[in-house]
Amino acid sequence: MTLRPDPTFHATAQLAMQAPVENYGFTVMLSPDGSQPDGIAVVDLNPKSDTYGTIVHTLLMPYTGDEFHHFGWNACSSSLSPLSGHAFLERRYLIVPGIRSSRIYVIDVKDPLDAKIHKIIEPEEVFAKTGYSRPHTIHCGPEGIYVSTLGGGGKDGTDGPPGIFIMDCETFEIIGQYEMDRGKQDKHYDFWWNLPQDYMVSSEWGLPPQFENGIVAEDLLSNKYGHSIHFWDLRKRKNIQTMDFGENYQMALEIRPAHDPKKSYGFCGVVVDTTNLQGAIFTWWRGEDGTWQSKKTITIDPRPEKAENLPPLLQGFEAVPPLVTDIDLSLDDKYLYVACWGMGEMHQYDVSDPMNPVLAGKVELGGIARGTKHPGGGDFAFGPQMVEISRDGKRVYWTNSLYSTWDDQFYPGQEGGQMVMAHVGENGGLTLDPDFYVDFPEGHRAHQIRLEGGDCSTDSFCYPNV
Amino acid sequence: MELDASTMTALWGAVIISGIYHGVNPGMGWPLAVSAGLMEGRHSAMVKAIGALAIGHLLAMLAILLPFSMMTALIDWQTEIRIGAATLVIAAGIYLLINRRHPRFLSRVQPSKLVLWSFLAAMAHGAGLMLVPIYLGICGVDIGDGGHEAARDLMGQNIASAFTVALAHTAAMSVSGGLIAVAIYFYFGLKFLSRAWFNLDMVWALSLILVGSFAIYAIIKGH
Repeated sequence: MTLRPDPTFHATAQLAMQAPVENYGFTVMLSPDGSQPDGIAVVDLNPKSDTYGTIVHTLLMPYTGDEFHHFGWNACSSSLSPLSGHAFLERRYLIVPGIRSSRIYVIDVKDPLDAKIHKIIEPEEVFAKTGYSRPHTIHCGPEGIYVSTLGGGGKDGTDGPPGIFIMDCETFEIIGQYEMDRGKQDKHYDFWWNLPQDYMVSSEWGLPPQFENGIVAEDLLSNKYGHSIHFWDLRKRKNIQTMDFGENYQMALEIRPAHDPKKSYGFCGVVVDTTNLQGAIFTWWRGEDGTWQSKKTITIDPRPEKAENLPPLLQGFEAVPPLVTDIDLSLDDKYLYVACWGMGEMHQYDVSDPMNPVLAGKVELGGIARGTKHPGGGDFAFGPQMVEISRDGKRVYWTNSLYSTWDDQFYPGQEGGQMVMAHVGENGGLTLDPDFYVDFPEGHRAHQIRLEGGDCSTDSFCYPNV
Repeated sequence: MELDASTMTALWGAVIISGIYHGVNPGMGWPLAVSAGLMEGRHSAMVKAIGALAIGHLLAMLAILLPFSMMTALIDWQTEIRIGAATLVIAAGIYLLINRRHPRFLSRVQPSKLVLWSFLAAMAHGAGLMLVPIYLGICGVDIGDGGHEAARDLMGQNIASAFTVALAHTAAMSVSGGLIAVAIYFYFGLKFLSRAWFNLDMVWALSLILVGSFAIYAIIKGH
């Protein structure tokens, strides 16, 4: 508890954009075969530093086989909500779940160069207190820390639906399940919300047997992965509307609401349309009558390719699907970044008009049957995947791994973890920085990035821009 | 009892000052008024929010003061009631000092239900309790003046003064909180919001202990 709010908490997204820039990034290190422990790499992001663009500290876990994926802060700008009364928390701990082990680590990064484990929550405790398994996305919300899960109970996580559970934001004790009425929701992936408007949106990937040992082609072709998003009355903990994009829109993953809480719209990325292998972005919004609506506003076409150049999984299609695996929205709600992990491209769309996105910039890097090298000369394994934007919107960072077993199916034989950065032009446009290229230690792949002091997929703001 | 005009002035001053104090505390809701005004983009929304917060606060004050106003009818037990009330206020302060955790149920209240939120926030923080010793002091003055009135009349009088105390306190609270909200909304901007937000948890708990202790001191001194 502090006497004044943490200086990294901002009332509005606008104020967060004007705040001092990031000096450090925290990136997940993943041992794909579980032979080594997973960890967090601390990357120096201060261009004036001698160690700029290198890993300056690594913290490895005491266990192996956790499979780190997404993670988040113990506290963010949502603490300035007068309703919840947590203005005096510190943004100090990273909550890092293992999606294979269901173990959760609380890591103290007050001094990034001396990051250390503060608390470990063992899987048994997660199972017993929540009935869920495979914790994934972290957001700081009204009643504490909200954690989405990918699995229900039982060994393979199919005993009951997955959902969200809440952790105490000070003691990190698990409180229990969030949902009071989940409606049709039976799969889970991402979630985010608008705190003053009191709604939450959640999405669907698939159940653990559909992803843990690799993508199940038959399930994909028979449209058995998630294709709906769910709208919730946040504080009543009730599913108020389930929106089905259509069963061919397989894997509706990342939810990105506008950062300005006055706006009632957002985006959702769909990995693949099974009718034509396109990637798609839907814009969702609240209509005049209060119900939620959506419209497909971006489509990205697959690229034809000879079967011999493709991994076995794709040979029958003779095409490289874009595979939209991550999206991220800049704090001014202007640019939406779309990672096309299959094609090896990072797209930048101007979404000033959320109903009519315009492609403003594009970078090619890695990719199936293409393997574009980094302008600095280095290899880029797989394709652009987890993307994070600096608060001021001027720098875009990304890494390359999707998920251990899926990397191996789409990019057989490839290995490596890389983190790169691109500069955003004054009027849009995206250019890779040839000098920023972080090669991860051998045996580790790279996944989600969190920036010191918050980034564009962490903080929830409680006051509208002025 | 030697209660005079200056004591009376001091007690009413305390009613107003505690109101100002509650008003400037962000925990009693002025940031919600700023948020409401900005979300709806209308000044009137902010005024409406201040009004809703005031109603909730007033109800919380009455919920605490009215039971005590009934009890003041028991004239023979007056000292015991006042000591008991003061002890309760001190105990609440000590509890808040030890248990620094914020009540989680407050964040379950929907942002649109500001009256309910304000009522619960005031109850959870013991805002009404802080007024009890001051209020009982004022009732004591009345008794001193009135002498041997019938218990029913006395109770009626004390209920009336509970309303007056709660209204005066809430008016001061709304004006001070409202001024901060208006200042941030029109002049200083939201950057000031996090700057103006001090952690009053410990000061608040100590205030309760102080008010309770002073009341006990006054009772002992008065006899």
